[in-house]
Amino acid sequence: MGSKQTVFTHEQLEAYQDCTFFTRKEIMRVFYRYQDLAPQLVPLDYTSRPDVRVPYELIGSMPELKDNPFRQRIAQVFSEDGDGHMTLDNFLDMFSVMSEMAPRDLKAYYAFKIYDFNEDDYICAWDLGQTVTRLTRGELSAEEVALVCDKVLDEADSDQDGRLSLEDFQNMILRAPDFLSTFHIRI
Amino acid sequence: MDYLKSASPTNVIRGFSGGDRSGRRPSSKQAPPGRRGSPPGQLDRARGSQRPGSPRRKQTERQTERRSRGGELVRGQERSATDRTCEGKRKRDARASLREQRAPQKKEKELLKKEEPRTRPKKPRSSSLASSVSGRESLSEEELARILEQVEEKKKLIATMRSKPWPMAKKLAELREAQAFVEEYEGALGKGKGKQLYAYRMLMAKKWVKFKRDFVNFKTQCIPWEMKIKGIESHFGSSVASYFIFLRWMYGVNLVLFGLIFGLVIIPEVLMGVPYGSIPRKTVPRAEQEKAMDFSVLWDFEGYIKYSALFYGYYNNQRTIGWLRYRLPMAYFMVGISVFGYSLVIVIRSMANNTQGSTSDGESDNFTFSFKMFTSWDYLIGNSETADSKYAAITTSFKESIVDEQESNKEENVHLTRFLRVVANFLIICCLCGSGYLIYFVVKRSQEFSKKQNVSWYERNEVEIVMSLLGMFCPPLFETIAALEKYHPRVGLKWQLGRIFALFLGNLYTFLLALMDDVHLKLSKEEKIKNITHWTLFNYYNSSGWNESVPRPPLHPADVPRGSCWETAVGIEFMRLTVSDMLVTYITILLGDFLRACFVRFMNYCWCWDLEAGFPSYAEFDISGNVLGLIFNQGMIWMGSFYAPGLVGINVLRLLTSMYFQCWAVMSSNVPHERVFKASRSNSFYMGLLLLVLFLSLLPVAYTIMSLPPSFDCGPFSGKYRMYDVLQETIENDFPTFLGKIFAFLANPGLIIPAILLMFLAIYYLNSVSKSLSRANAQLKKKIQALREDEKSHKSVKGKATASDSGDIPKSSSKNATQLQLPKEETTPHSASQSQIPDKKAQGSGTVLPASQHLTVSQPPGVRPGSSHPRSQTRACRSASGRKAQKPPC
Repeated sequence: MGSKQTVFTHEQLEAYQDCTFFTRKEIMRVFYRYQDLAPQLVPLDYTSRPDVRVPYELIGSMPELKDNPFRQRIAQVFSEDGDGHMTLDNFLDMFSVMSEMAPRDLKAYYAFKIYDFNEDDYICAWDLGQTVTRLTRGELSAEEVALVCDKVLDEADSDQDGRLSLEDFQNMILRAPDFLSTFHIRI
Repeated sequence: MDYLKSASPTNVIRGFSGGDRSGRRPSSKQAPPGRRGSPPGQLDRARGSQRPGSPRRKQTERQTERRSRGGELVRGQERSATDRTCEGKRKRDARASLREQRAPQKKEKELLKKEEPRTRPKKPRSSSLASSVSGRESLSEEELARILEQVEEKKKLIATMRSKPWPMAKKLAELREAQAFVEEYEGALGKGKGKQLYAYRMLMAKKWVKFKRDFVNFKTQCIPWEMKIKGIESHFGSSVASYFIFLRWMYGVNLVLFGLIFGLVIIPEVLMGVPYGSIPRKTVPRAEQEKAMDFSVLWDFEGYIKYSALFYGYYNNQRTIGWLRYRLPMAYFMVGISVFGYSLVIVIRSMANNTQGSTSDGESDNFTFSFKMFTSWDYLIGNSETADSKYAAITTSFKESIVDEQESNKEENVHLTRFLRVVANFLIICCLCGSGYLIYFVVKRSQEFSKKQNVSWYERNEVEIVMSLLGMFCPPLFETIAALEKYHPRVGLKWQLGRIFALFLGNLYTFLLALMDDVHLKLSKEEKIKNITHWTLFNYYNSSGWNESVPRPPLHPADVPRGSCWETAVGIEFMRLTVSDMLVTYITILLGDFLRACFVRFMNYCWCWDLEAGFPSYAEFDISGNVLGLIFNQGMIWMGSFYAPGLVGINVLRLLTSMYFQCWAVMSSNVPHERVFKASRSNSFYMGLLLLVLFLSLLPVAYTIMSLPPSFDCGPFSGKYRMYDVLQETIENDFPTFLGKIFAFLANPGLIIPAILLMFLAIYYLNSVSKSLSRANAQLKKKIQALREDEKSHKSVKGKATASDSGDIPKSSSKNATQLQLPKEETTPHSASQSQIPDKKAQGSGTVLPASQHLTVSQPPGVRPGSSHPRSQTRACRSASGRKAQKPPC
């Protein structure tokens, strides 16, 4: 592991370990994955914190993300200004939240942001429609999508305001048996 | 610190001014407020950090500002005291690092200058920065407590930093700040001698954290096959990977068992026991000697292998061996028990771990669609084929649910379905009985064969072949029959698993019963053989024709007639079964998966129909079959390991090879499931099966140990009436007499029966306690739910009332709601205004405009803008009664 000293300082690695759910080795692995995305763009020396962004086109083509129907949303949520271009910090953040170790609350919070397509802090019927369309690749008819959205709102919307707040969402996702096992990307 | 610097340069200036002010008034009234001001801020921060969202961000920023002002204030004071106002903020960074060294001198200066005139009763004891920070006042208990609280809070923040929903830059900055704070104030805590101790403890705690982190780093590096499993996971989803994780776990358990048996039984016997060929049980009999090295003989675990340390019969019944005076029979017995003990503990522990993580799923029925929508996509999928099948699966499941929802009570021809199900179950029971009888028949026949002299290869291995064939062909047969039943796939899968389990279990137990018959047969013959042996030896030593003066050389061990040693026979059966099972598995994979894949792949170019999409296609990875196979194999290992200590070693090899082999096979020749089913809780399901099998395999072993006499001339317990006599013997000979008495007293049935009764009582009591607790839990949950709903409906009523009162409903927002599509330029101001709502509510000011805005967005689609003024009040009233009531107006 002689190379890690040249990429990060010891303090940086310690800080990253405090801020993510990764071990030192995993941080290095994530970094190399990041570096592999754009080898000519990302320097191999991060001790001086260069301000580098990898464009979304490259992030979205990662094998971990390329088949995910929500990859664009994931990149937008985790990138700094919502355009999907990611710095190393964003990248680490993303995989930390998606890691196995992350607690349910944190995952639920980011899941909510991902499913909130228009970023108005509520999942409204339009967001739900988007989600269903992406999940089924548009193979459901409009009536079916509307029915599904209606049912979801009916089930999860506890304050009956016609959209899901973060609280509603957390309340619902807390009971989902599969959420933790499915909302999870290994790197 | 540089976060503060970069974020709010104005604060720094304010901080300076504050410091100056306080410097002018050295009555030190200022310092406490400065510090007193921060705890609420800190509390706010802690509270705010739990509640993520954009409103909080601002709040925290404000707090940071406030606190930094406080910090600057304090620092400013210090600076004024030492007359160093000209020092710019640039230098502060450097000072932070130098502070440690400089602090003592500064403090002394201060003490001399300021403390004397005030004639304090107590001298300030702390020699760190904090004393200088608090000005000329010593730290009172209260302040100490406050600082301690803050430091603890900061530490907590550091520990939970990773689970805060902040961007990394913010996390890093907060982390650095918190660490600096802790570093700075930690020294202030504790007093006098206690301070050094405190500092030392802090140092140790830091070291400990570092060590723990390194240890975790090390531990994760030690987990094998992580990348392999990840690759599979991304190709096939989590369900297939769960099999491999299970396999890896099993490998770990077997490795421990292997270490136990190998280290405590096999190695001591090989190193210190009597060498091979010295006594009859360690020698190949004369009759077998010519063929003992033939491969065909060795392959059947006869010949030299049979008389090796791999099997029970090889071990001597000497009480102690070697210069260590190692009590081998005792060790053998204890290891046999602890294999089961360890397995039980580890299985139950991982089961408990699994159940702790899972939440109650009683309410999952209420959220069918929500769960489908938000948790059905498996984010692990990183393969387009898998993604395709996942899309298809999700679409079908949505369609299914929609159909279910639309016509939930439509049932088509119940009678036919019922009839078909009865028929299917009948067929399957027939299959199970047939397979059981077949095995019984074959085992009986193999006993016949074993009496004959030269038997063919097939006749020798008939049992194993038949069992493997049954295991291979019955599950697909069951699946075919199950197609009749038309169950929902998930229910069908459970039935299928249950049936295969029953098949395997039935086969195993038939095999065991037949084996037991064999054992009894051998035991009945044993007395005769024992007599023969005695006679032979007697005749040998007392026969005439030998010079009486010279003692006769002992009879060569190979010539001594000996018993059949049923324990070794049982061990050999299990060994063979394991090996043949392994081979059959590998051959099935090679033929069924790999060759099929090759055929489909290469013959597709010259075939009349599409092979890949059509009939043979590629194989799917059979999770249920593989898991059950693994579990039953482990059951056999548990049963056999007492009679064949080498069995666990074989199993470790088997698991190792199958890890690599199956990984390769699944990646090269399998396709993802069409019906992707979830891995959730499957792990605890596997564990439950494993526990059942463990228990079932414990039974026969316990039976043989407790109620069958050991062979008279082989194994560590030979010559005893029962195997467990070795315990009694050790207690009598090696422990002091009073311990022996205690043990005898403990073994008294008069004591055991009350103990068992007590255990039952305890179980009953704990069970009822847990039941009542869960009931209370459910009630509390209900109460919370009701409360929240109540509160929410209340809030929404109030919000709507205010909205309609204020009257100026922006048309655009309701329009947005109807169009259901919010352009981004418009949403950003909304979200900004909404983000302030909690703030304002917290401050007690009414939620006037922003609330009206965001609440009107919540109006159901189809509301005509403009006409909302008179109607909105009625709507507000209705909204309390639920969403259903809300719909009709539109």
